[in-house]
Amino acid sequence: MAETTFSNATQILEPFKGIKKVTIEEYFTSGHRTCQGCESALVMKLMVKAAGPRTIVLGSTGCMYVANTTYYTTPWVVPWMHTQLGSSGSAALGTAAGLKALMRKGKMKAEPINVIAFCGDGGGADMGIGAISATLTHKEYNSLVLLYDNESYANTDIQLSGMTPYGANTTFSPPGSVKRLIHTRWKKNMAGMMAVGHPECRYVATVCASYAVEMMNKVRRALTIGGPTFIHSLDPCPKGWDYDPMLSHELGELAIETGLFPLYEVEDGNVRFYGKTKAIVEGRKRKPVREYLLKQGRFAHFTEEDLGYFQAKVDEMWDKWEIPAVVPFRRLDESKAALGVK
Amino acid sequence: MAVATTAAPAAAADEKELLISGSEAVAEGLTLADIDVVTGYPIRPYDTVIQAIAKKIANGQLVAEYIVAEGEHSQFEIVKHASTVGARVFCGSSGVGWAYAMECLVVTPPLRVPMVALVGNRALDDPGAFGVEHNDALFVRDLGWLLCWIDTSQEALDTTLIAYRVAEDRRVFLPTAISADGAFLTHSQAITLVPPKSKVDKFLPRYDRGDLLLHPDNPITVAPQANEDWVIEIRRQNDEAMKRAYTVIEEAYADFRRVFGRGPENPWFEEYMTEDAEIILVGMGTISLPIKVGIRNMRAQGKKVGLVRLRWFRPFPTEQLVKALSKASAIGVIDRDYSFGSPFASGVVANEIRAAMYNAEKRPPLLSFISGLGGREVTLEDVYKATDLCYNAAKSGKSDVKTHWLGVRE
Repeated sequence: MAETTFSNATQILEPFKGIKKVTIEEYFTSGHRTCQGCESALVMKLMVKAAGPRTIVLGSTGCMYVANTTYYTTPWVVPWMHTQLGSSGSAALGTAAGLKALMRKGKMKAEPINVIAFCGDGGGADMGIGAISATLTHKEYNSLVLLYDNESYANTDIQLSGMTPYGANTTFSPPGSVKRLIHTRWKKNMAGMMAVGHPECRYVATVCASYAVEMMNKVRRALTIGGPTFIHSLDPCPKGWDYDPMLSHELGELAIETGLFPLYEVEDGNVRFYGKTKAIVEGRKRKPVREYLLKQGRFAHFTEEDLGYFQAKVDEMWDKWEIPAVVPFRRLDESKAALGVK
Repeated sequence: MAVATTAAPAAAADEKELLISGSEAVAEGLTLADIDVVTGYPIRPYDTVIQAIAKKIANGQLVAEYIVAEGEHSQFEIVKHASTVGARVFCGSSGVGWAYAMECLVVTPPLRVPMVALVGNRALDDPGAFGVEHNDALFVRDLGWLLCWIDTSQEALDTTLIAYRVAEDRRVFLPTAISADGAFLTHSQAITLVPPKSKVDKFLPRYDRGDLLLHPDNPITVAPQANEDWVIEIRRQNDEAMKRAYTVIEEAYADFRRVFGRGPENPWFEEYMTEDAEIILVGMGTISLPIKVGIRNMRAQGKKVGLVRLRWFRPFPTEQLVKALSKASAIGVIDRDYSFGSPFASGVVANEIRAAMYNAEKRPPLLSFISGLGGREVTLEDVYKATDLCYNAAKSGKSDVKTHWLGVRE
């Protein structure tokens, strides 16, 4: 079949200029059964509100699959489809490729349709990282992969993932009488890794739904700029983190204010910090991480030594990294000094 | 042994004659089917079809999204999702590559995704081996995949068109795997007739996903968590679709003959010299060549031997096979696969046929053979030995419960 003229254009989604300018329509509504205080459900709602009605959403296995979509009911107003745990990257790529093929061959009406695939931290940063990485190199297909990071396999009973913070109590890392800390790995730097590792990916960002307008605007930017894009969202989880559900919003803020989770975007290689992260970059004092950690039951077994180790690792992100909290290479002058080269 | 075992059909005036391999013939079929999205990942021997497709795309003979994935899991997931938005898709694999995609192979039938895949049959690791075994494709035998074995380049091309016609029929809507013996078919060239696109368009309608289309104009939710409330009903729907495939396959072959003027009357299996056969050997794929040659030699000595070469394994042609095999004095099933610990330690095909024959009025003795694993040549001596053992069983009237491994160093 002959090729028709086809444009790879995206929808132009201008940023919302303030909360009062946000559209009223919801595309993620009632019909789900997420926990009280679930931040990830809010992320779903804001994500698709930002994207609008001409959107297809793919959801990999996780609590945003199981708790959201139960047979005979759905909160999704836009077309939605399940994909396998490690398949968010492939789901985004395959959906975008299918649409593109049909449109450029004249088999489907040509129009820009947003394709968003979401994954949890287990599905995205553990099992599905290879597929996401591959998708971020396919620049001819427009799609967004959004990782909602509640820092554990929260659907299956709160097991540790590669994104679970150092020392946290999960069902796979319970503190015991001999070993206080079973999980002693430091969390992956997902957004930094995706930005650094995929030179032709035009947009990578971090978000936190405590800052809802900023979050939606980053989704809109990712979908507008086109090609494959990636967003990492930090989502406080009352069940997995063990805190009062009313505190989800505050814990999100504390994650930013302590410098543990930076808010930034990388667009065409240019780094821009946001909100309180920007203030920290410009010299504002970070809150001590203990203020964040001690509000959560998963760190209740921490000793002063553990808190000190945690604080030192966060300090390192800000004091030692080439781009603070984004790129963990040491600065060139420090590298030379450490290696003894001129 | 260069012996033509099947008379090549004469080319119609509008058909091209090409000297091409089985994989290249599949690629010709895919081009005629105007596939929209194709994904590849390297593993021998199926990968030759992707090489052929890549050339066609590079030369503008086919317009399709062509994606080299980072593993078979993604390879199958990408086309699965492309199919849900209405694209006609293709991919394939071999051996442990097919195994690596297993999770995606599992979800494709219940999602009612009519993808077509080529399995270039290959022995599973370990140890590494490039040669043919059928255990890879057989992984999906219980999952809702339609599964067939082909024998020639011509059958490769024709079956590719038939596979899309059957899979995309709304009464079926199940994925279809075409199995081709690694090297013996994927890499072996034969004269193949390539029909014109105009004829293909008369045979193969456009893929229409209907109300299952994932599109903003049809905002459905696909595959929500179902649990014990609904899963058994969904399995039953798959079962009904597989049962309907019998009719759809027969219609497709009849229509194929009408449009193209060739193709078998019996879609399910090829019968070779079975009319008067005392012994019927059964096999799948290119094993037909040594068996057919062996049969001709044995018939010259007065032994009445025939072959049933099974084409469709899923759905399994139970009634038709029972009818064809009941008339023999003994049946010898030669598996190019194994099923360790299974009844009588047999191969998969032997046990399927045992199960199919259980309710038959006439149950001839059935012997099970395992041969040609890892791509080892199946020799005429292997065929003669199997036939002799079948004659012994025919004389005694009793099945031999031992599974015989042919051509193995003991």
